[in-house]
Parts: sequence; C-alpha cells; structure tokens
Amino acid sequence: MEEIERSALAKILRESVGPALGTLTRVLRDFDLAEESLQEAAVLAMQRWPTDGNPDQPVAWLVTAARRRALDRLRREGKRRLKQQSAWRRDTALDASVDPAEIYDDSLDVVVDDDQLTLLLMCCHPALNTEAQIALTLRSVAGLSTGEIARAFLVDDPAMGQRLVRAKRKIRVAGIPFTRPSAADLGDRLDIVCSVIYLVFNEGYSSSGRSLMRVDLCAEAIRLGGVLHRLVPDDPEVAGLLALMLLHDARRLARLSTDGELVLMDDQDRSLWDRDRIAQGERILHEAMSQRAPGPYQIQAAIAALHSTAASADDTDWSQIASLYGVLRQVVASPVVELNRAVAVAMADGAGAGLTLIEGLIERGQLLDSHLLHSAHADLLRRMGHWAAAHDAYERALELVRTEPERRFLRARLQAMPT
Amino acid sequence: MRYMLLIYGDATYQPSEAEMGATMGEYMAFTQGIVDSGEMVAGDPLHPVSTATTVRVREGVRAITDGPFAETTEVLGGYYIVDVADLDRALAVAALIPGARSGSVEVRAIVDYSAA
Repeated sequence: MEEIERSALAKILRESVGPALGTLTRVLRDFDLAEESLQEAAVLAMQRWPTDGNPDQPVAWLVTAARRRALDRLRREGKRRLKQQSAWRRDTALDASVDPAEIYDDSLDVVVDDDQLTLLLMCCHPALNTEAQIALTLRSVAGLSTGEIARAFLVDDPAMGQRLVRAKRKIRVAGIPFTRPSAADLGDRLDIVCSVIYLVFNEGYSSSGRSLMRVDLCAEAIRLGGVLHRLVPDDPEVAGLLALMLLHDARRLARLSTDGELVLMDDQDRSLWDRDRIAQGERILHEAMSQRAPGPYQIQAAIAALHSTAASADDTDWSQIASLYGVLRQVVASPVVELNRAVAVAMADGAGAGLTLIEGLIERGQLLDSHLLHSAHADLLRRMGHWAAAHDAYERALELVRTEPERRFLRARLQAMPT
Repeated sequence: MRYMLLIYGDATYQPSEAEMGATMGEYMAFTQGIVDSGEMVAGDPLHPVSTATTVRVREGVRAITDGPFAETTEVLGGYYIVDVADLDRALAVAALIPGARSGSVEVRAIVDYSAA
C-alpha cells in the first residue's frame, strides 16, 4: 500500500517538475538556479507530502518552495553567485544590494503553460546538438532522472551527466535565451521540438521488449507530445505527431511474440491492438487534417491510421497507402519513403510494380547499406518465384541487419525458401 | 551580451572586381545596420591568410613560421564584435553578414569579466 502511495507521489512530482521548472526559469531568469532550487524543493516534497497530504496545486507548491530556496541562496551568496550568472540574467536583475525578493515578487503570477512551452523550446534550441536536446528535454521537461535517461539510451550515468552539464553550460555561456522565438521563427523551432520528441519515441519503439528495466520512452514521448499539443493546439503537425505516436504505440503489444520474436504487421494478432489508442489517434488526426495544412507527421499518421483500421493485411487499402507515400515523397525526399512506397505499391499493384521501384533505388545507389532495402527486395523476388536472386538479397540483408529478432526473422524466411 | 562573429571563407576563391565591389557595398550596408541599432562594437576585414605569420614559444624559444598553422580551405577572413540581447539575436545578426552566404560565421560569446 505504501509502495502504491509512494509511486503515486513520484508520478505527481515528475509531472509537476517540468511545468514548475519553466515558471521558475522565467521568474529567476536563471536556468541553473531554477534547477538547483527545484531539486531541493522536490526533496522537501518527498518528505512533506506523505505526512501533510498531496497539495491541490503541486506545481504552485513546488514553485513557491523552490523560489524561497533560490532567494535564500541569492541573499547568502550575493555577488559571488551573480558573477557566475549569464549576462542575460545580470542585465535584467543585477544589483546585489537589493533584496532579490523585491526584484522577483511582481513577476510571480504563474503562467505555467507559457513557461513550459518556452522551456521546451529552449531545451530544443538549434544551437544545441540533437543528443543534448534529447537529454535536456527528458531531464527538464519530462522530469526523468539522469540515471533513467542514461539507461534508456544505453549510456553510462557519468557520460549522461556530462552531456547534461555540457548542454546546460552552453545555455548559460552562449546566452541561449529563455524567451519565445519570434512568430517568424516559431514554426521552425516547433519542427525541432517535434523531431526531438519523435526521436525519443523511435528509440523506445525500436528497443521495446529489450529490457524491462528501462524507462518507457514511448510513453514519455507520447506524454511530451500531449503536452506540446495542449500548448500549441492549433499546429496541425504537432497534432499529427501525437496521432502518429498513438497509432504506432497501439500496435506495440502485437509487435513481439511471447518468445520475443518480431512479428510483421501482416502477421500480427490484431485483437492485441489497443482500440482506444487507435480511436484517440484517429480523432486527433482528423481534427488536424481539417485544417488542410498537411505535413510529414500528418501524412505518416494517415498511413498508420489506414493500417490500424484494416481488419487484416488483405483488407488494407494499399493503393491509398501507396498514394499517401507518393504525397509524403513530395514533402520529404527520402529514399526510406520511396522504399515504403515500393512495398505499398507491391501490395496494391503486384510484386512486379514494387520491384521496379526498388530496382530504381538500387540503380541510384540509395539505401544499399540498409538491411531494410535488401529484405524488401528479397521478399518481392521470393513472391515472384525468383529463388536465386531472393536468396542473394536475403544473404545481403543478413549481413547488414543489427537486431537479433530481425536477424532470426530473416534467417527463417531464407530457410523456408525452396532451393 | 557581447559576441564575436568570426567570418570564414574559401581562401582560394578569387572574386572578380565587380563581385568585390558588390560585396563591399553589402558589407557597408550590413555594418551601417548594426551601427544604427547600437549593436556594433567592432569589426574589421583581415588581409589574406597567405600574408599571415604564426608565432609559437616553446621552452622560452620563439619560433616564427610563415602562414597559418594548418592547411584548411575555410579561413578566417574578418570579424565583428556585437553587443546584443542574447544568442538568438546574435545568430540573426550573423545570418545577415554577406560572408554567411558563401562561407560560414562562427558565433562565440565573449567572456565577461566586467560583471564582477
């Protein structure tokens, strides 16, 4: 019983830390100070909440407690602390002779949502590299611990700690601001946030089932996507991203067999698909598409939705999927998209039509180092009865494949072929 | 915050006289822009890297060599120092430098000791 209460407390705390950090960063104009004092407040919460009961407004509780600690610290450390701060903060708040409380008091009207979006945009600032963006977002917005992030990305704790320290140092030293980008830049900046969230999701998706000890990155990515969608409800691509993740995640249980083997979508037990998640994803996608501003996430979500609502592989509307991949190819010119289109075309118009597209990729020298190209190639050759060529393509795919379940799958396919 | 904007370009590129004139005009317009906005601190073009001399002191001995330390195609050709609100503004200013279109501009925050 106590365990349940403890984990409920941890959940409330985790979900409150991101919003609280955004507001604290704005109020204190100092990301490091905000983080340090919030950590102290979180420790205090762990002690107090179990006896005092959980507060009605945990975010406000944390902001107040952390701010009090930050002000104490500023009074104590005075000028010494200010010296280490960024000019951004000094410009706006400097004068160690003034009680810090006087400077900050009037700005404490909590505008949590706004602050959280600003924090997310800061963590995904283009001046930070992708790894730093991911680590910071998971740490500061999702509220994961350094250790949890390290295990999720199979990096040791000190290395992940270093990555976070370097990222925070860059924010401070380079002067990455905690401000909203201009309206003209907001679209590009949101694109980065979306790509960071989707990278987190894909990391979780491709590693699902590998270890139960790892934090569920898919769930974290969906939570972040939900937060972003709530903060920017009018952006159709943000909605598209959330829909896409929900629709993929709905199939997760069916992707691995009980003994850990990878199950292709065609062979999945569709009764294992999470119908509520699919409905939720479809609803969000539908709303997004009504804005008539399609983008890569919405198109991919529309493809995922067509799969999710089909009763079986044969019932799937493959020609519609093939034409959606055609649209996607116009927006993102990627050989991976072309490969997916080839697979869909093969289902809609026959293996020969798909094969022509794959041979086009091979002629252009694209994706030659990807096992996905060779396994799709092998599959079509097999379906057309070109055994020898299929055999070679499977061999090539096996040389390139990296994960064990996929390797076992390819080997099984190869062995099932007539020689 | 003060930032140094280091302008790198292709050392081997030989612009025509007309191109040179056009580029000069663009630089003058850019410079005037940051003077007017009050963000300009300093800025100069540098003579070609082929005229550079490198000095090293090792164990008290001064060694002088002709040219830069390493052979690279992108070389420092000039710089600006600007005083702006934050990195976002510094990046926006850097993007307006004509050299950013042909080469690259490295944006570095300047350490501020004066805030003690």
